[in-house]
Amino acid sequence: MKYMLLIYGTESSWTEQEREDCMLESMAICDELEAQGKWIASSPLHPVSSATSLRIRDGKRQITDGPFAETTEQLGGYYIIDVEDLDEAISIAERLPPAKKGTVEIRPIFPLPTIKTTET
Amino acid sequence: MPSDLSLQIEAVYRAESGKVLATLARLLGDIDLAEEALQEAFVAALKAWRRKGIPAQPAAWLISTGRFKAIDAIRKRSRLHELEPELQARIEDIQAANLSFAERDIQDDRLRLIFACCHPAIDPSVQVPLTLREVCGLSTEDIAAAFLVPTATMAQRIVRGKSKIRAAKIPFAIPDASELPERLDSVLSVVYLVFNEGYSASSGDSALRGELSQEAIRLARLLLQLLPDSEVKGLLALMLLHESRRTARTDARDDIVLLEDQDRRLWDRGLIEEGLQLVQASLATQEFGFYTVQAAISAVHAESPSSSATDWAQIVALYNILLQIDPSPVVELNRAVAVAMRDGPQAGLEIVDTLFAKQELRRYHLAHSARGELLRRLGQESQAESAFLTALSLAKQEPERRFLQRRLQSLGASESAK
Repeated sequence: MKYMLLIYGTESSWTEQEREDCMLESMAICDELEAQGKWIASSPLHPVSSATSLRIRDGKRQITDGPFAETTEQLGGYYIIDVEDLDEAISIAERLPPAKKGTVEIRPIFPLPTIKTTET
Repeated sequence: MPSDLSLQIEAVYRAESGKVLATLARLLGDIDLAEEALQEAFVAALKAWRRKGIPAQPAAWLISTGRFKAIDAIRKRSRLHELEPELQARIEDIQAANLSFAERDIQDDRLRLIFACCHPAIDPSVQVPLTLREVCGLSTEDIAAAFLVPTATMAQRIVRGKSKIRAAKIPFAIPDASELPERLDSVLSVVYLVFNEGYSASSGDSALRGELSQEAIRLARLLLQLLPDSEVKGLLALMLLHESRRTARTDARDDIVLLEDQDRRLWDRGLIEEGLQLVQASLATQEFGFYTVQAAISAVHAESPSSSATDWAQIVALYNILLQIDPSPVVELNRAVAVAMRDGPQAGLEIVDTLFAKQELRRYHLAHSARGELLRRLGQESQAESAFLTALSLAKQEPERRFLQRRLQSLGASESAK
């Protein structure tokens, strides 16, 4: 079962040192998950000030500077993991350093009907 | 005798469907699919058992048949889309899953279903109806009636819960020892909410209310069989001791009778005995918590011949312990009432006023009602009246409103008698 862990937090509440420590700790967790075959992808994101939002309305493209919505906590990174069930996803989420300052949202990934593989 | 056999099959359905559903839910990881499979297995049973008689282990027969039916259903659905390797993997998982018909394993599946329905990832307002529907087998209509919401609303909540379990893959599993205390807490609070829904003086149908309390007690007994934890004992004891007073706590007009005014001969001694034994067993473990201490308080009342002969000092001591476990204003309020019984109304009133000064409990009708009662005992009738009036403006349930109106009338009566 694949889950996406979305990391939300207040960008301004992190000091440089905290950010660096968080990065190192997170990378160690990723290495461990990868060794167990549970890691698919993960990455931090640049701050929302770098975000660009796009909509198409009445066939016209609208591009705006900034995130989808102004919120007090911003999306700051993500993980995609492949684990047994929600309890295992929760146990990984609670180890992520941003869980102590912000929120980790756990979303099951909806599997698209896969194109027939030739596997036998 | 076909009609006789139909009755027997119906009896099997009542006795076994809860267990069979729990095992199918664990095998399939999907409560909706398990419910469908259960129905189809029973349709098949009606045909097969008419010809060959009821098998020795009907639950095992139904689980095996239900599993085949579910795999068929998954295959049929998969043909509508692409043949997904995921579906294929799922069928293999179901076929490979442990299929034991030992009584202990079947009972454990009921526990797994309870833990899934009470998972903290499910909204609390959904946990309670979901547990009543899937574990206790109550109908959606009955649950809706008990909670005074339209059936469609309740059906939506239950659907939400089932979808969450399936989509987020909430496991049907008994949590590891490290997680168990926290997870058991949420199960116990669901059971207690079910009980209180059946015990509180809501305006719902009283027969339905009684059924909810019975279901909560049944759930706690099942939990105790499977997990002999001290707080499970405490919760079961607490519910049994409350339940023992059911007939005494309302009069013929369904009006509230306070503990001190209840006819204690109406209390159910059998339930009290069982409750007392459980409290003692839990206290002896030295690992008790919130429910056990509350049960111990209830036990002191159960053992007292009257309100005046009650050991109020012990009750205050137990509230002091309870405050350490759960430092909430409601517990402080209950402690204040016990202090008033031990040391007189003035002492209780001082504590209640301190609580009000901290802005706590201002919207809680029982706090104003308790304050009114203490003032009444002190002879401060006009202040008592305004406290009861505030309580009345905050109280929502009809029997509580009638109780407060009677209290207000009794003030008037004693004033005019002067």
